[in-house]
Amino acid sequence: MITQLGHFSLVLALGIALLQAVLPLAGAQTGNRQWMGVARPAAQVQFVLLAIAFASLVWAFVNDDFSLLYVASNSNTAMPTIYKVSAVWGAHEGSLLLWAFILAIWSLAVTIFSRSLPLVYVARVLGIMGLISVGFLLFMLLTSNPFEAIFPAPFEGRELNPLLQDPGLAIHPPMLYMGYVGFSVAFAFAIAALLGGRLDAAWARWSRPWTTAAWIFLTIGIVLGSWWAYYELGWGGWWFWDPVENASFMPWLIGTALIHSLAVTEKRDTFKAWTVLLAIFAFSLSLLGTFLVRSGVLTSVHAFATDPERGLFILVFLGVVIGGSLGLYAWRGKQIRSSGSFALLSREMLMLLNNMILVGLAAGTLLGTLYPLVMDALTGEKISVGKPWFDFIFMVVSPFLILLTGLGPLVRWKRHDRAELLRSLRVPAVVTVLSFIVAAAVFYAGDSPAFKVALGLALAIWIVATLMDNLLGKFANRRMSLAGLAGLGGGYWGMWLAHFGLAAFITGVTVVSAFAQQDDVTVRPGDSVTLAGYSFRFEGVTETRGPNYTAQRGSVFVYRDGKLIAELEPEKRVYSNAGMPMTEAAIDSNLARDLYVSLGEPLEDGSWLMRVYYKPLQSWLWWAGGLMALGGILAAADRRYRRILRREERQRENAQALLEELLDEAGAARVGGSN
Amino acid sequence: MRILLLFLALFASMPALAIVEQADVMPADFDNPEQKARFRALTEELRCTVCQNQNIADSHASLARDVRRQVLNLIKQGKSDEEVVDYLVARYGDFVRYRPPFDARTAVLWLGPFVFLLVGLWALLAFIRRRNREQTASVLDAEEQVALQKALNALKDHDASAGGDK
Repeated sequence: MITQLGHFSLVLALGIALLQAVLPLAGAQTGNRQWMGVARPAAQVQFVLLAIAFASLVWAFVNDDFSLLYVASNSNTAMPTIYKVSAVWGAHEGSLLLWAFILAIWSLAVTIFSRSLPLVYVARVLGIMGLISVGFLLFMLLTSNPFEAIFPAPFEGRELNPLLQDPGLAIHPPMLYMGYVGFSVAFAFAIAALLGGRLDAAWARWSRPWTTAAWIFLTIGIVLGSWWAYYELGWGGWWFWDPVENASFMPWLIGTALIHSLAVTEKRDTFKAWTVLLAIFAFSLSLLGTFLVRSGVLTSVHAFATDPERGLFILVFLGVVIGGSLGLYAWRGKQIRSSGSFALLSREMLMLLNNMILVGLAAGTLLGTLYPLVMDALTGEKISVGKPWFDFIFMVVSPFLILLTGLGPLVRWKRHDRAELLRSLRVPAVVTVLSFIVAAAVFYAGDSPAFKVALGLALAIWIVATLMDNLLGKFANRRMSLAGLAGLGGGYWGMWLAHFGLAAFITGVTVVSAFAQQDDVTVRPGDSVTLAGYSFRFEGVTETRGPNYTAQRGSVFVYRDGKLIAELEPEKRVYSNAGMPMTEAAIDSNLARDLYVSLGEPLEDGSWLMRVYYKPLQSWLWWAGGLMALGGILAAADRRYRRILRREERQRENAQALLEELLDEAGAARVGGSN
Repeated sequence: MRILLLFLALFASMPALAIVEQADVMPADFDNPEQKARFRALTEELRCTVCQNQNIADSHASLARDVRRQVLNLIKQGKSDEEVVDYLVARYGDFVRYRPPFDARTAVLWLGPFVFLLVGLWALLAFIRRRNREQTASVLDAEEQVALQKALNALKDHDASAGGDK
């Protein structure tokens, strides 16, 4: 009954989405304010309907309603409730519903936070989001309906992939999707501006907080996913350049470029055409990512053939969105005029270079991800493009980006005097070069790749040194005070923290890649293995039971200089239904290093295979990602936006009142005249 | 991160826990730590050809176990890393290596990102130059400057008188 209500809501939501798309867009073109006025209520109704649909699917999972094929395939009665809930988005159909629901959430947010925007613009934005919603709901209802029933309903369901039965995985996909779908707002703002021929600083200012918000979610989503892979997959790695990872990384790269280019467009009224193009790319790559992952085409190009309906729909939908928006861009883009001029040495120029590199990295990632697919499709030859290739490309290109990261904030808009820049760069440059030399000298003795380490550390120091230089420069003529620091504004501190986070991230990656140690050993109870000065003593294994699995829980005591510093309990789990062994690594983490133990297979003679890692600065990767997200939050929350929005709102109200007064007068005059 | 992919892998067969039916490479099989490190680095760059997207080092598949054994044997025979990879490529094709070879088929892959960036940089510089030229060209000559100044002054006067009306 409840699931039927959910199904019905989904169908109804499609109808409302059509309404939300067609009427406001048509109204905006013809100047019909009543039609435009449909946009907000339609988006709100759509949100309610999709919330009902989503809640009823959650209900079906929580209450083990196996009359739904999707529930029966992904859940069973033994699973803990939290994983029954996260199983909702554990597979194709449910994750599409989550996508559509999140789109409705963003649309709702637009209806709430757009009071100061002109109605015609809001109508266009919501209309475009309605169109996207139509596409997703159609796809779901035609090819991937989560409410599809099976008869007779089985007594017990299958199970959610045990790998996904983890708290990290419960929140990772919603975060990622909030990011992906959030770019639909930036996309809709850009398309609306193209349609209306109104690409100005105001458009950039409206669009900025939304874009930043989406970027924050995407950043958190990626970090969570990476962290999950690190502790759950048992191979100690945090990034594999897997196509699924790349699918989230490409929109992030473009989104990062977009954030910077929007800043230029708002502040300097230039790069408009480029900014629009980036907004289109960011969302297109989000769509491509969603579909690439879900269509199975990554596994094999032949997946399309086995499920031609879904594949065809995906291709057509992508074609319509990307082709349509680029077509519109080609048609209307010529009218875009950028006014601001700038010299070769100016922040605008550095931002353009930054954008170029970020887009180049995204294009490179796309190339590496799709190359094997294209080659297989064209020639039937199979090749693999993996970590060594991606590492190479990023290692060569990103240092230039990082140099710009340090330089950008120091250089003024429009024009910067070269001699002056060189003067202000003296201290950071000397610090950077010195740290490179010191690092190279220190690490040259060891057998580690000294050049890479020195380069990585020096680049991180370059960012920090220029950031400090920049901050101190703000107080060159006055005393530094708390009020003064706060007065620099959310936007400035957002930049500062995000860039600082990047520096911390580079440091972490550099150190952990160069100095991580690992060992694979066979151990019996009482055996010890020593790694990087830590002694891991294997105490033995006990059997335990979880709600839906049995586990062999190892006990490993870690000693340093004879002192016990950690007790780790890595597990080997077998989930009752899937019968598939799962590794649960045990990690002792602090700011300096992670100690990581995972259990391998038991051997016939009663000993166990065990893998131990020492990973210096591993946790820096996670909190660095957190700092970047925090920087985004500060930037998006900058009070400047709210102040300007309030002012615009007031102006609009005044104008509205004036217009009405005039209309009244005109009406009165007409009435008077006809008498 | 690899969640979605791993979900697909759910339906792929997975070997059950315990009972290592064929001799896998055991920690005791290495002659020295250097050999272990070399083995580790090599198997990390090789792909398990029957798995979703996993390297030989971390895969539980029986094929990965075979390849691990082969790699160790080859290392012990004194083969260089390159010879080991060549041997495996001859058996399993280029699909087995995560570091694609550089040849006619992969030239676009290896050079593409750099060509993209260089062309982008060139286009960017050309764009800025043209832009600056256009803007220089549009700067008014002396006569126009005077006319503009006059017009501006007239406008200012007008504003002033309009303000006076209030």
